[in-house]
Amino acid sequence: MDATVEAAVADAHRREWAFVLAATVRVTGDIDVAEECVQDAYARALTTWPTQGVPDRPAAWLTTVARRRGIDVLRRRAAHDRRLPELAENAAATADGDAEDIEADGLPEISDDRLRLIFTCCHPALAPEAQVALTLRLVCGLTTGEVARMFLVQESTMAARLTRAKKKIAAAHIPYRVPGLDELPERVGTVLDVVHLVFTTGHTAPVGTDLVRTDLVSQALYLARMLRTLLPDDADVAGLLGLILLTHARRTTRLAADGSLSLLSEQDRSQWDAAEITEGLDLVREALQRRPPGRFALMAAIAAVHAEAPTWSATDWSELVGLYDLLVVIWPSPVVALNRAVALGFAEGPEVGLKALDELATEPELASYAYLPSARADLLRRLGRTDEARAAYQAAFDLTDNTVEREFLRARLDELGA
Amino acid sequence: MAEYLVLIYQDESADTDDAAREKITAGHIRFAEKHGPSLRGGNALQASDTATTVRADGSGGFTITDGVFAETKEALGGYYVVEAADLDEAIAVAKGIPMPSGGVEVRPIRPM
Repeated sequence: MDATVEAAVADAHRREWAFVLAATVRVTGDIDVAEECVQDAYARALTTWPTQGVPDRPAAWLTTVARRRGIDVLRRRAAHDRRLPELAENAAATADGDAEDIEADGLPEISDDRLRLIFTCCHPALAPEAQVALTLRLVCGLTTGEVARMFLVQESTMAARLTRAKKKIAAAHIPYRVPGLDELPERVGTVLDVVHLVFTTGHTAPVGTDLVRTDLVSQALYLARMLRTLLPDDADVAGLLGLILLTHARRTTRLAADGSLSLLSEQDRSQWDAAEITEGLDLVREALQRRPPGRFALMAAIAAVHAEAPTWSATDWSELVGLYDLLVVIWPSPVVALNRAVALGFAEGPEVGLKALDELATEPELASYAYLPSARADLLRRLGRTDEARAAYQAAFDLTDNTVEREFLRARLDELGA
Repeated sequence: MAEYLVLIYQDESADTDDAAREKITAGHIRFAEKHGPSLRGGNALQASDTATTVRADGSGGFTITDGVFAETKEALGGYYVVEAADLDEAIAVAKGIPMPSGGVEVRPIRPM
């Protein structure tokens, strides 16, 4: 196998999978059939491109091959089922029309097709874990095994989850369409929730030996960038991409040389990715122009305050408290209230922070949330209440499954003495 | 004369193979032949895992979730058969149903 061809196919897979699949679903009207045909098209590229050369426009070539195969499959099915011939003929007509576009312009109205695919995968009538799985499989083009490994479940479990979701899309007639303007903000919200979940799961892996799951983070960044291209005027999209970039910019400094956790206060800020920070700050400014600012715009603005502070001690804590005050109104989550209390602890002192934190002690959502006792422990430590701090660190340690975070908490416990 | 809604409950895990399904279908055909004059309509529903639940959130909006309506203190109170182009259109219609409490389950009907 020619290494250049193999690289070209891998590249086309990474860049064009969503486009090719989305354009094929429009012809087949069936995600399952389209998925199979697109896989076949990539397999055929591997055997055809070595002899015929890599086409100038790989995406157009792959789409044409996948669509032709899709029409064949539909025609074969139509022979078994008298209800289908019309569908197969419609598909052929659509494919012919688009084939001309592809020949003429290289790329037809791709943006709409990819958006259709994203909105179908993130339909609110699908369970959230199914939305995430479908998006990674169908939009990012990951294999079922890869998606299963990302969420630490058996491949058979993930395959069943994907099959069930695709069955519901077909049986319940979940449409392959970009929602109308009246529904759009809410539906974009569901899509952004999915991308944000992929990002946060990767940013601090809930379990395992690695602090960061680079695979998940890079898929979230890929999806957020795709959405930014497809919905360039959406402030929430700008906010989420800004948030991801500003957080991602700190990725190389989150671990010390020995592999231990390095807190924001200890990170070498000169190592932060300046290009990503610049891009992120521009996006935050843009996202904040919409009034009132959305959830992701505010979260990105919070990340921006840290990104702009030259040192930890120069952090503008009262600005952060103000942003958390706004965020907690539109997103009344106990986790936001917890972060607000931490910011308050730096802006107005640990006593004030602790008081705000203790008001959250009975929140059921935080009952097994390790950051609550660890934030409490830090405030108690700064107040010199060592015994209570030690108990709180121990509580946080018992709730944490990530190895890097456990080691960090173990070190804090050791510092305070047994 | 009075009219009655007769609801069919069954174990979905028990009718997974074709033979079992054909047997049930044949039973329904015999039932319909025998009781034709009494029947005003009826449909087979798609499996419960294709259901979508719509609930009013109390502040003018709605929450849409995957799955059947999980009753706690609510009881089945009525039904509509809705024709719609797709699930979004069916949900849009469903949102118009008065639901001061509880909510509605949107379940696709199995095509004949």
